[in-house]
Amino acid sequence: MSTENNLPQFSICILEEQTQLTLDDLCHACAVRAEQIIELVDVGVLEPLGREPWEFGGASLQRARLALRLHHDLDIDLAGAALALELLEEINTLRTRLHAVGVED
Amino acid sequence: MEFKDYYKIMGVAHDATQDEIRRSYRKLARKYHPDVSKETDAEARFKELGEAYEVLKDTEKRAAYDQLGVNYKGGQEFRPPPDWNSGFEFSGRSAGDAGDFSDFFASLFGGNFRSGAGDQATSHSKGEDHHAKVLIDLEDSFQGAARTIKLRVPVMDAQGHVVTKDRTLNVTVPRGIRAGQHIRLSGQGSPGAGQGMAGDLYLEIEFRNHPLYRIDGRDLYLDLPVTPWEAALGATIKVPTPGGIIELKIPKGSGAGSKLRLKGRGIPGDPPGDCYVMLIIALPPADSVAARDMYQKMANEFNFNPRAKMGV
Repeated sequence: MSTENNLPQFSICILEEQTQLTLDDLCHACAVRAEQIIELVDVGVLEPLGREPWEFGGASLQRARLALRLHHDLDIDLAGAALALELLEEINTLRTRLHAVGVED
Repeated sequence: MEFKDYYKIMGVAHDATQDEIRRSYRKLARKYHPDVSKETDAEARFKELGEAYEVLKDTEKRAAYDQLGVNYKGGQEFRPPPDWNSGFEFSGRSAGDAGDFSDFFASLFGGNFRSGAGDQATSHSKGEDHHAKVLIDLEDSFQGAARTIKLRVPVMDAQGHVVTKDRTLNVTVPRGIRAGQHIRLSGQGSPGAGQGMAGDLYLEIEFRNHPLYRIDGRDLYLDLPVTPWEAALGATIKVPTPGGIIELKIPKGSGAGSKLRLKGRGIPGDPPGDCYVMLIIALPPADSVAARDMYQKMANEFNFNPRAKMGV
């Protein structure tokens, strides 16, 4: 590929490890209003680091997006989405562990 | 383009009530939701389902589709009639992303159909964020790697149609990244409106299946075949790790399934992960007279019943 070297090069960080997200960042990245993010905090999908003004860890973004997708696509309320999210995470952990010890499900 | 049988996709009869359509959608949406489902084609099925529901839940669109669909079957070559769209006006807001729907959908409802993003309409708003998955090799996480990544991005052309464009990016994958983590490329999403900033691009990292190692977070698991005498007598043997070959001391009296930990030999980081070695006892084949004699000698010499605990 001859154009390869002409492309801009990006150096980047790992979101889960470094970024502290503000309420605004989350609203934008999830394309929702602040009320929805606050509701996600209420039902325990998101946990702010410390007191106000809120900041969130990098992993919050994916949790928020997943919960909102479930809420939106499956027509379940946020508390239900929070439960589904927790169960999905648990299944995922167990699957990875099964795979790691050589058992395929 | 193919005609799509939305009723079949939705698993309902042509005379289904709106309630039946909604119930069927909910059930199938739970089954095929890409975040929930493990079916391999879940994403495609879910998209198709969303498209079918977008049409059938809306009485205006459903009526238009029904009128058109009288003479068609799913999969049949379809061409929209020249005067199509003239008699209908579609006012609905999209629940899904119209950009994801098929050409068939776009040809029917594309012209007058806009996905209503609500508050995106302000004049200086930040552009949309984009999300994509990237497959990398485990080794990339050990060394860090420059990767050329190709993305297919839906864009609006001059006529307002959604078309996909290929986009190529050079990305440095940071050392120590793990499956499920994300990297953010600022300003690489959609351009903003007015003086708004461009959106960001998020890449979710996934590892390709590795022929040797299985991965759990930071930790690696390796099945390591050893000979019966290495396990029984102990030995120092060579073991491959993604960071290079190392020497591992097998303690004497090890058995099949013994688990040895190579501290810090997993995915790099602070702290780094560990590499777990699970021993498998490999038997030499009895494919020569000498080998068979050796097994026979063992049979004579050992007083060994591996099934003693089973009472037989």
